[in-house]
Amino acid sequence: MLIFILRRLAQSVAVLLAVGLVAFTLFRYVGDPINAMVGQDTSIQEREELRERLGLNDPAPVQFAHFIINSVQGKFGLSYRTSEPVGRMILERLPATMELAFVAALFSLCVGVPMGVWTGLYPRHWSSRVLQAASLIGVSLPTFLIGILLILVFAVILGVLPSFGRGDTVAFGWWTSGFFTFSGLKALILPSITLGLFQLTLIMRLVRSEMLEVMRTDYIKFARARGLTNRAVNFGHALKNTLVPVITIAGLQLGGIIAFAIVTETVFSWPGMGQLFVQSVQFADIPVMAAYLLLVAFFFVAINLAVDLLYYAVDPRLRGGMATQAARGH
Amino acid sequence: MKADIRRWALAGVAALALSLGAAPAVDAKTFKWANAGDVSSMDPYYRNETFLLAFLENIYEPLMRRDESLGLEPALAMKWGQISPTTWFFDLRSGVKFHDGSPFTAADVVFSLNRASSGGSNMKGYFTSVKAIRKVNDLRVEVDTAYPDPLLASKWAQILIMSKAWAEKNNATVAADATKNEETFATRNAMGTGPFMLKERRAGEKTILVPNPSWWDKPKHNLTEVIFTPVTNPATRVAALKAGDIDMMYEVPPQDTDNLKKDPNIKVIEGPETRIVYLGFDHERKELLESNIKGKNPFQDKRVREAFYRSIDVEAIKRTVMRGQSFPTALMVAPGINGYVKDLDKRPSLLKPEEAKKLLAEAGYPNGFEVGMDCPNDRYVNDEKICQAVVAMLARIGVKVNLLAQTRSKYFTKILRKADFGPGDTSFYMLGWSPAATYDVHNVFESLLQTPNKDTKKGSFNVSGYSNKKLDELADKMEGESDKAKRDAMIREATKLYTEDYAYIPLHQQAVIWAARKNITLHQPADNRFPLRFVQVK
Repeated sequence: MLIFILRRLAQSVAVLLAVGLVAFTLFRYVGDPINAMVGQDTSIQEREELRERLGLNDPAPVQFAHFIINSVQGKFGLSYRTSEPVGRMILERLPATMELAFVAALFSLCVGVPMGVWTGLYPRHWSSRVLQAASLIGVSLPTFLIGILLILVFAVILGVLPSFGRGDTVAFGWWTSGFFTFSGLKALILPSITLGLFQLTLIMRLVRSEMLEVMRTDYIKFARARGLTNRAVNFGHALKNTLVPVITIAGLQLGGIIAFAIVTETVFSWPGMGQLFVQSVQFADIPVMAAYLLLVAFFFVAINLAVDLLYYAVDPRLRGGMATQAARGH
Repeated sequence: MKADIRRWALAGVAALALSLGAAPAVDAKTFKWANAGDVSSMDPYYRNETFLLAFLENIYEPLMRRDESLGLEPALAMKWGQISPTTWFFDLRSGVKFHDGSPFTAADVVFSLNRASSGGSNMKGYFTSVKAIRKVNDLRVEVDTAYPDPLLASKWAQILIMSKAWAEKNNATVAADATKNEETFATRNAMGTGPFMLKERRAGEKTILVPNPSWWDKPKHNLTEVIFTPVTNPATRVAALKAGDIDMMYEVPPQDTDNLKKDPNIKVIEGPETRIVYLGFDHERKELLESNIKGKNPFQDKRVREAFYRSIDVEAIKRTVMRGQSFPTALMVAPGINGYVKDLDKRPSLLKPEEAKKLLAEAGYPNGFEVGMDCPNDRYVNDEKICQAVVAMLARIGVKVNLLAQTRSKYFTKILRKADFGPGDTSFYMLGWSPAATYDVHNVFESLLQTPNKDTKKGSFNVSGYSNKKLDELADKMEGESDKAKRDAMIREATKLYTEDYAYIPLHQQAVIWAARKNITLHQPADNRFPLRFVQVK
């Protein structure tokens, strides 16, 4: 067990390093941050001096090594764009992204699972066909278009929801939350629908196919033969058995939701990490981009690690295999 | 345990109820506005950039400020002028207080000028002529310059004055430097004398200002609160304005202007900007970098430049690409800038393609030639589309232009002059320039038209390498000339020189386009600054 965890940890560190190196190689091509940092009147010498002092003339591997050494010590440097500490900038944006991702994931689960159950139980019902068709739209429409359409309908035409921003927030230490104010809750609705829609359709389709599968099994027929109520059969026996893959996928998709929040945050001007990243790309703000990419890579790796460990706990065969190996060793 | 949960739930409900009840009654005098990007810092010397300076001018004030028609008027200085050609004086306004109530004196001015000219400050360019700054008494500051600098007051309208005591208390006496690993207090906080005070700053999210109750000037605004939010996505910005979530948007996307004009609740405010967008040639190299002509440089022949100039139809670009939102020009400076010569602002007539081809043939290119062109695609309004139109117009006279349009950070690295003042890697390019540093034409001559010189640092943005001895002399002389009539004559002569040489192809001034709800009145100056002190909410 310990060896298994250690091996996974070592792999995770390797992945993080690889992401960092790829990112740094890419930064060579995003352009020169100097022009964004100085005014049009700044002389050529001053530009060159600044470039030298920032270490931009060093080769990519050297820059990368500096970055890794500083990151390990928790020093992410100052943003080229605003001269604020990068660590704090990201920390300030983290709550907004996390709350949005959480609500979006919750929305996709709470709506996706019942829709999947319904379409799985009554695959030929007209409403199931409508839901199926609608879910296709959810998969195929790009996120920014959905976002803009929602803004158009609910903010511009109906005027019931805000068109952008996070509303008022309440601070708990460094964490700011929009869950405790009316405007904060209202502001969450449109972005979380936009962000969660794709996951919702994915979960709905997954639950539907699993339900169709499970409903054909013998133990469901047996349960019906025993005269159990529909509710007990559908939810107590059928649904429970479909949920294992759903939880796995939903868990893995959480990383995706956090990463894909970039588009949603840009559309809704949501003050989260994704928007920070987009602003940083426009200014070739390398310290912020590097820290953000590493953080997202860290989320992915951590979630994957957690899922792997869960498998280990859930699937006895994995444990058995290890045990036999260990036994053979003796 | 259960009781615990119940207590938390109750607390939650109570908090929700409180926040609902506490939601303030809609106050008509709150003004909400948005821009594509955020102000990058609250430090007034952090960037020499229009938006940052314009925003901070609401909180901090300069010695002399720009009035509604861009002239200088007294702000923190009541009177200023030259005692001798190399000594300036500034008599300060008495009784002015900073937002924390501390008095404003000459010590603050000296401190601010020193801070702006050292450390990580981006405003050092405004101090090249300065030798010494001294406080004479609490209300008078004198400045010695190394050579006569008649534009000093004009330049220093950009330098905002900070509180010395506040900066010293908070360890912010040096301007922020991105290369150091520490932040300064002034990045997120501000202490000035201006019409508005910084109430809350959340970088990238929102910045809240409230009026300064003890401002020395009589407010022309009626605001009680100003909320500024960056909204990156142009479509969202337009939607927010239409929905009434914001009262005003700065930088309207050109494609949305027509749509906004149709909305009865919204007005679009537009005017010419002081920036000139122009095309430049490589005059400098013996052989063009990107051309099929080897051994010589076609652009060194005036006839070729004339054929190019007179084949580009700026009115057509205005009509089609710019949707009417441009102001064609023949000069490298715009009206409103000191040194704009109105009667010389006339473009020569367009040539028919045969006539232009004949000119090219006379120059030795009967079959035209091929040349590379550099263009940004995210710097000026419709920049890439303008270049595409130019490519099509030049194709008609037999010149094949290979366009490379790219993002600004890559584009500028390619075309700008190198650290050793060597020419940029371009043959034919687009650039925009506004003499925002001085609002005077000398800045244009010095930066774009004088022969590039590593030692004097003249011509540092003369990417083209255009060189004219006579113009160089005139530009040097006008720099130190205090007699207005003599100076105007020099400007006139120098302007004639570069226009008759077809040194550049000036295209147009782009339009400054803002939009606001109908109940807002505001003032839009040509330098694209947005002074909150003129905003009225009805």
